[in-house]
Amino acid sequence: MKARGIAALAASVMLAAGLAACGSGGGSDKSSPKTLTYWASNQGRSIQQDQQVLGPELKKFEAKTGIKVKLEVIGWPDLLNRILAATSSGAGPDVVNVGNTWSASLQATGAFQPFDDATIAKVGGKAKFIPSTLTSTGAAGKPPAFVPLYGLAYGLFYNKKLFADAGLKPPQTWQDLVTDAKKLTIPAKKQYGVVMEGASYTEGSHFAFMFGAQNGAKLFQGGQPGFDSPQMVAGVKQYVDLMAGQKVVNPSNAEYVNDSDMLKDFAKGRAAMMMIQSYAPKGLAENGMKEGEFGVVPIPVINPLPPGGRKVSSHVAGINIGVFKNTKNKDGALKLVDFLTSPDEQKILDTQLGPLPVVPQAYNDPKFQTPEIKTFKDILANSAETLPMIPEEAQFETLVGNTVKQLIADAASGKTVDDQTIKNALTAANKKMQTGG
Amino acid sequence: MSDTITAPGDAPARAPGGPRRRRRRPTRNLLPYVLLVPALIAELAIHIIPMLVGVWMSLLHLTQFFIRNWTAAPYGGLTNYRVAMDTHGPVGKDLLHSFLITAAVTVLVVAGAWVFGLAAAVFLQKPFRGRATLRTLFLVPYALPVFTAVITWRFMFQRDSGMVNNVLSDELHLVHGHPFWLLGGNSFAALVIINIWRLWPFAFLTLTAGLQSVPGDLYEAAAIDGAGFVRKLRSVTLPLLRPVNRVLLLVLFLWTFNDFNTAYILFNQPPANADMISIHIYNASFITWNFGLGSAMSVLLLAVLLVVTLVYLGTGRLRSRHA
Repeated sequence: MKARGIAALAASVMLAAGLAACGSGGGSDKSSPKTLTYWASNQGRSIQQDQQVLGPELKKFEAKTGIKVKLEVIGWPDLLNRILAATSSGAGPDVVNVGNTWSASLQATGAFQPFDDATIAKVGGKAKFIPSTLTSTGAAGKPPAFVPLYGLAYGLFYNKKLFADAGLKPPQTWQDLVTDAKKLTIPAKKQYGVVMEGASYTEGSHFAFMFGAQNGAKLFQGGQPGFDSPQMVAGVKQYVDLMAGQKVVNPSNAEYVNDSDMLKDFAKGRAAMMMIQSYAPKGLAENGMKEGEFGVVPIPVINPLPPGGRKVSSHVAGINIGVFKNTKNKDGALKLVDFLTSPDEQKILDTQLGPLPVVPQAYNDPKFQTPEIKTFKDILANSAETLPMIPEEAQFETLVGNTVKQLIADAASGKTVDDQTIKNALTAANKKMQTGG
Repeated sequence: MSDTITAPGDAPARAPGGPRRRRRRPTRNLLPYVLLVPALIAELAIHIIPMLVGVWMSLLHLTQFFIRNWTAAPYGGLTNYRVAMDTHGPVGKDLLHSFLITAAVTVLVVAGAWVFGLAAAVFLQKPFRGRATLRTLFLVPYALPVFTAVITWRFMFQRDSGMVNNVLSDELHLVHGHPFWLLGGNSFAALVIINIWRLWPFAFLTLTAGLQSVPGDLYEAAAIDGAGFVRKLRSVTLPLLRPVNRVLLLVLFLWTFNDFNTAYILFNQPPANADMISIHIYNASFITWNFGLGSAMSVLLLAVLLVVTLVYLGTGRLRSRHA
């Protein structure tokens, strides 16, 4: 007991020394509470585009409140690690965007200001937000650690011309999708049925969850990970097989880390279908594809569903915004959250960056009454499931997402990827979760 | 040094009394140590304390629930080390794999960089027209910022639009189809090639400097004895470069073994065939959010490097004593 006390003291001295040494390198300027540091996720086609869109809006905020906002836009491959590093060092931003699926995991660190009734009232109250978006803001029974900022859902984008030329209609079932994709794959013309972001671990984990659910998988049961259940194996296979068994994906897709490559391939007609979140039309327009040249339908589900299978064609996707407890300017930080989630700002940001507003008033704008947006609202209402809101969720994403990524890479470089390889890879991920976590 | 010699001379002029002089002596002897204090503090802050913190962290169950306040993390003893070293478990197995890959990359890169560096240094030893230009040109890979250099290589190695496949497959028809360089088995080769390219200029620079100290008359004497190029290299150049090589090889080894940047910029998350250990440890901590485990792996890596370095320096000293 005594030894531990001394050791704890020694550790805190070291910690203090360590923090003092690296404190100057920290992100936020603690000396003046009139500035805030905001870490935004990459929502637009590029980090520069996000900066161009957010820059003028943050200037408006400065004009209104006198608080200067230092903006840093962070790409998806790095965002979670950066947030974790900020959490452990205590030197982080004041306001931060997170993938909404990480909410419960990050909530468990205790580093974020809980949105209890008094706090959420300062950003407009619970009633400000669309109820479904509030399902992924933290663990059940606790005040949410975040509030929603952008709403997103997956959809299947298809190239109308390529489908018409082949005499096809958009697929209604997963089996249809595979048959159509085969017909539309003509490697000699450099045309493939489907394009995928093969090297993205976040995409891999989302599809593992969605297709796992279609096959009846439960990611966690009683806190124990079930990543290698037969249902999860079937779900991962459903996705990876587009590259491995069906060969309707260009093997080069295994190198795609960001969605820019995927959007480009689809816009140029090199792929007939693309499973992507609702922000895609903006990126397609920037790659020269006009509205009307593509259509959107829900990602089809296996028909008939296997026993226990659920009709899931998207997770309740989106971006949340939160405030670090370490902030020196909590009120200012909450003002920024209120500002960014206000109907006016939602209209501006969502039309420019492409996601769905999280406040109902924003939908009054005719820009949000297009057929595509109606489709996405339907998907969120009827066939979307929230990823489990438990502390272990983010580890599921990194472990299973990286496993899927590796399987796609193996398939692309010609290795056999069958039920057994998938099962072995998922078992390893499961064990890492048990021993590591 | 000169200060201590001249000091007694001017001391009486400034200090009138004898006893005072006696009192000043120890202060003067302390001066070098006082001057060393800032360096010592910096060393402590930059190296020693973080290292000790790392060791401490490796004994904790430092998961997501505690990363905000580490001191509350439960003490786990050697559990993290057991997990990291259990080569039958998935964590230990991957760590061992990564260690072996890193060792293989290091051996090839150190050998490659040294051979290229030596060849270039020897061939540029005698003056000729354009020697200075060539020397400057050879140093370019070393002078380029890592990020710029590696990102360019990354573009060149891309499967569809990369220059490497374009030249090898489309122009020269040496390989059939477009192989992957950034995934699967070839990623190992890609990593080794880039690392050699980045490091050989340093070997070249160091060996060129080392060659300046080889007296020219030794070569003349060897030539009179009828020694050819290879014989001169083996009997004159290499033995005289031994002290330089000893340091050079150690530095190249440590740099390559610990290298994070090249593989991180090239792959972001390296494929299994190019899984450099420093990135592996970084990812292992972030993937399961278990920073105690990551620290245990770092401490193990530190121990291995320390042992290798001490053994290497020890054997070198032994050999030079026998010689």
